[in-house]
Order: sequence, then structure tokens, then C-alpha cells
Amino acid sequence: MKLSGGDKVLSVTIYVLLCILGFTAFYPFWNAGVVSFNLGTDTMKGGITFWPRAFSLENYEVVFKDKRLIDGFVISILRTVIGTVLTILATSIFAYGMTKRELIGRKFYMIACIFTMYFSGGLIPSYLLIRELGLMNSFWVMVIPGLISVWNMIIFRAFFMGMPAGLEESAKIDGSSNWGVFFRIIFPLSGPVLATLSLFTAVYHWNDWFAPGIYISNVDLLPIQTKLQQILNSNIMNEQMSKMDSSASSHLNQMRSVTSKSLSMATMMVATVPILCVYPFVQKYFVKGVLIGSLKE
Amino acid sequence: MSQTSIRTARETYSKPNGIVRLLRQWDIQLMVLPALLFIFLFSYVPMYGVLTAFQDYSLFKGFLGSPWVGFKHFEMFFNAPVFWDIMRNTLVISLLKLIVGFPAPILLALMLNEIGNRTFKRTIQTISYLPHFLSWVIVSGFVLSLLSTDNGSLNILLQKLNLIEEPINFLSMPEYFWGILVTTGVWKEIGFASIVYLAAIAGVDPHLYEAASMDGASRFRQMFTITLPSILPVVIVFSILAIGNLLNAGFEDILLLGSNPILRDVSDVLDTYVYRIGIENSRYSYATAAGIFKAVISVGLLAGANYVARRSGNSLW
Repeated sequence: MKLSGGDKVLSVTIYVLLCILGFTAFYPFWNAGVVSFNLGTDTMKGGITFWPRAFSLENYEVVFKDKRLIDGFVISILRTVIGTVLTILATSIFAYGMTKRELIGRKFYMIACIFTMYFSGGLIPSYLLIRELGLMNSFWVMVIPGLISVWNMIIFRAFFMGMPAGLEESAKIDGSSNWGVFFRIIFPLSGPVLATLSLFTAVYHWNDWFAPGIYISNVDLLPIQTKLQQILNSNIMNEQMSKMDSSASSHLNQMRSVTSKSLSMATMMVATVPILCVYPFVQKYFVKGVLIGSLKE
Repeated sequence: MSQTSIRTARETYSKPNGIVRLLRQWDIQLMVLPALLFIFLFSYVPMYGVLTAFQDYSLFKGFLGSPWVGFKHFEMFFNAPVFWDIMRNTLVISLLKLIVGFPAPILLALMLNEIGNRTFKRTIQTISYLPHFLSWVIVSGFVLSLLSTDNGSLNILLQKLNLIEEPINFLSMPEYFWGILVTTGVWKEIGFASIVYLAAIAGVDPHLYEAASMDGASRFRQMFTITLPSILPVVIVFSILAIGNLLNAGFEDILLLGSNPILRDVSDVLDTYVYRIGIENSRYSYATAAGIFKAVISVGLLAGANYVARRSGNSLW
């Protein structure tokens, strides 16, 4: 089919617009990456956009030698792995129980769950609850409150209910208990939904900086994202301070080639890389996951 | 006499009482009850906890020992000098986000749909979905770096184009804050939000396009006469959800990008106010009252939007 003149104009316009969009989506990453690989003192001279001018790994050396940042990284990994495994396990067991027609109180349970999707106590009552439970300043405050997700339960449940009933029946005839059926048949056959929801849960755990920020004051327990937020925040302060007292800060900067900007860029890259690594492999799953989620809305 | 005893015997046999049936299915109850207890503890207990808004809560006296004060905190909140500023910021920011952020992914989906080259389409999709998976901390780091006066890329660009002489300190000027906030939000979510619309577009019957092009409709025309009307139900459902979220002007993004106290007049919204007063200043009861105020209006907005939508035949529930 030949394109008419108007269609050609449209097509070209769209290609151009999408190229601009793609560029603006990509540039911040690229620029942050370039700055992180550039010598800090050189970056201060300005003009760093697409390519490092004075290539250097020094920023990363400083990041990887900083015990606080490494600790934060370890905490983030621990939190993400433990949080994701426990959440997915607990939520899927819950969801499987909720698929059972003979379950007494199923309807009531379901309403009680859905109600929490529309109403919540809000920030302060939850905060006070965590305080009264004695979870403040503990690693588990990052894992326990999010252990059961109603949203994920509903998606799991829809997936389980779509599985052929014969699978379960034959296992029952072979003498499996309900728990046996779940762990030996249902769970192993739920690959796609497990992948999608694990991805979303893991991303949530990796990215969450707010909850640890308010519940944890012990610096050794803070994940990398919260530490990064504190670094960026102090950078803003420094920028403001340096306006008032520029001589002092420039003196400080002369002493080393790593600046606060180059350092925070390197830290940001380190905190982003895990997501960039997983992302391409799970892309096909999350598109599916979003659609399941939106159908249920 | 014998008949009735047989009947009751059969009834007890075929329909054992509730407790017995419950005990018999202990295994599946064990799957759900711990989770429900959990939901009770972490969702329903805080809902009950909102009653602290009617107390003078103190950490030492606890929930049970704190005195009741009625609507005192609500009155204080409504009469607070910042109340109208906060309301204005909340409404303006969320309306701006709605007006710009809601059509943007639809437009992106429409444009992606016109792309024939699969590799190009895939690349744009992959790049534009990615920011959704980054934390707001990282995104705010990007913004701080791009807008920095200390050789931020935007200032470099504007200076090269001779539009400005001196670098502008974008993040400490109140007039730029709303724009920065909305742009960043769109940048982060446009790709991911377009997934749903792309799926809806994929479901449109291809015969419609064939028939339209036979009749001589241009691609541009087809976009508005076929694609858009076909995905309208999806658009309506999502717009209802967006209206229900109207008071969620943003939280993490405003905390991170608007942390500069100079910006407070334009950056403080209900959620950040609750956080600042409640957690940072420990005025728990007062902050809870502000939170309740927000929740009540949100529910009202959602119900109202749904009512309008039901009139048009596209209800949520």
C-alpha cells in the first residue's frame, strides 16, 4: 500500500517525536553514567554531556571503599531477597486458600481484603502502630509490614483459578493434601505470575527509601537508597553553603579529585545497576503482569 | 417420632455444625487465617488508630491513656495559616499532573501504534518503560544533576543557545517548581502507563482500518475516528481512577525535589504536610486529623467520578 502525502508527513513527525522522547528518556542515565566515569575535578570545569573527558574509575573506587555504602548495599540486597521470597510465599499460600470454594467465610474474607484497598489508616496511625509493636530500628520493619499484599493476592488467585481443575483432582486422588497440592503442583506451574509479581515486589523493596528513613535511625541498617537520599540532600545543603563560603569549599575540593557530585553519581549508578541487569529478562513478563492487574481493576 | 429422629440424624450427618466443618477444613483455614490476622493488624488496627485525631496523643500515655479532645485538631487545621496554601498546592499540582500526565501515555501509545519498524518500536518502548523501575531517589538525583547551576546539562544547553547569560538555579525558584514536578512525573511514568493503552489498541478490529482506508481516510483521520473511540472505555475507567487519586498530588517526588525550604510555599501538599508535622514534629494527633480530612475528600471524589461514569455507562463497580 502506498502512503499518501499526508500520511508521510504524519509518519515522519511521529518518528521525530519518538526519537526526541527516546533521547530525553535516555539522556539522564547516560549523562549520570558519564559524570560517574569522569574525574570529579574535571567535571567541575563544566561541559560534560555525552562523553567522559578525563576517564577515571576513581569515583567508583571511593564508593567501593566506603564501608557505609557497602553496608547499605548489603542491607538492600538482604532486604530485597528476604522480603521478596517471604512476601511471594506468604501471599501465594493465602491466595491458594482463597480459591477454595468450600472455605468457610470466603466471601467475608474477600470483602475484608478489598476494603483495605480503598481505605487505610494513613501514615501516622501506621507509624504509631509500628512504634507500639517495637519494630522501630529493626531490620524486619522493612519486611514484615508488607508481607501480605492484597493486590498480589488477587492476581495470584485469578491465575490459580484459571488453572485446569483436573490437575488438582488427580493429585487429590493420589492422596495429596491441600498443602501438598499447592507446593508440588500449583506453585511449580505458576512461573509467569511468580516472575511478574516477584519482579514488582523486588523492585519495590530495592527502591523503597522512605520507610527505612522514618523507622530506622541506626545508620548500619539503612539500605543504599536511603543513604543515597541523605547524600543528595546534604549535597543540596553544601551547594547552598558553598555560595556563602565558596573559598572554604573550593579549598576542600582541591585536596582531592573526587567531588560530591561525581561521588553521588557513582553511587546512583551502583544503586541502579541491579535493576538494569534484571530488567531486560523480565520485560515480557511485566507487560503481561500489568495487563492482568488492570483487568482486575 | 421415629421419622423426626431420622431426619435430625440425617441433618447432623449431612450438615455438621459450623465448628465441626471449620475444624475439618483446618488445613485450608490455616492457609488464610494467618494472612487475615496480618491484614487485621497492619490495615484495620491503623484504621481504628485514626481516632487519635480526636485525642491529645502522647507517646508516654499511649492510645488508651491519652485524653479525648473532640474536634480540636480539625479546627486548628482548618484555621491554620498554611491551610489554604496547602489546599491550593494540592489541587493545582494534582490537576496539572492530571491534565498533562493523563493524556501523555495515550498520545505515546497512539504514536507507537503508527510505527511499522518493529525494532524501533521495541527500542522506544524499552527505553521509556525503564524510568518506572527507578526509585524516586535516583530520579531526583538525575533532576538535581541536570538542573544544577554547577554545569547542569540544561543550563549548558540554554547558555549554548544564548537564551540565558547566567545559569539559572531552577530548584530554588518557586515559579519553576510545579513545571519541574509535572515534567519529572511524566518522564518517569509515560512509557509504563502506555502499556495498557497499547494493549487496548492491539485489540481493535483490523477490518475497521481496512474499511476506513478504502473509504480514503488518512492515517491521521483513522487515529481519531477508529483508534481513539475504540479505546475510550479503557480511557474512561482510568480517568475515574485518576480523579479518585486527585488529592494524591505526589509524595516522594515532592519530598525529594521540594526539600529546599524556599520552595515550601509552592511545594507543601496535604501528604507532605502530614509527614512533616506528624513524623518530624511529632504532633501525631494534629497530623492524623489532616490525614482524615484528605481521606474523606478522596472517597467523595471517587464516588462522585464513579457516579458520573455510571451515567455514561462505564462504571467501576
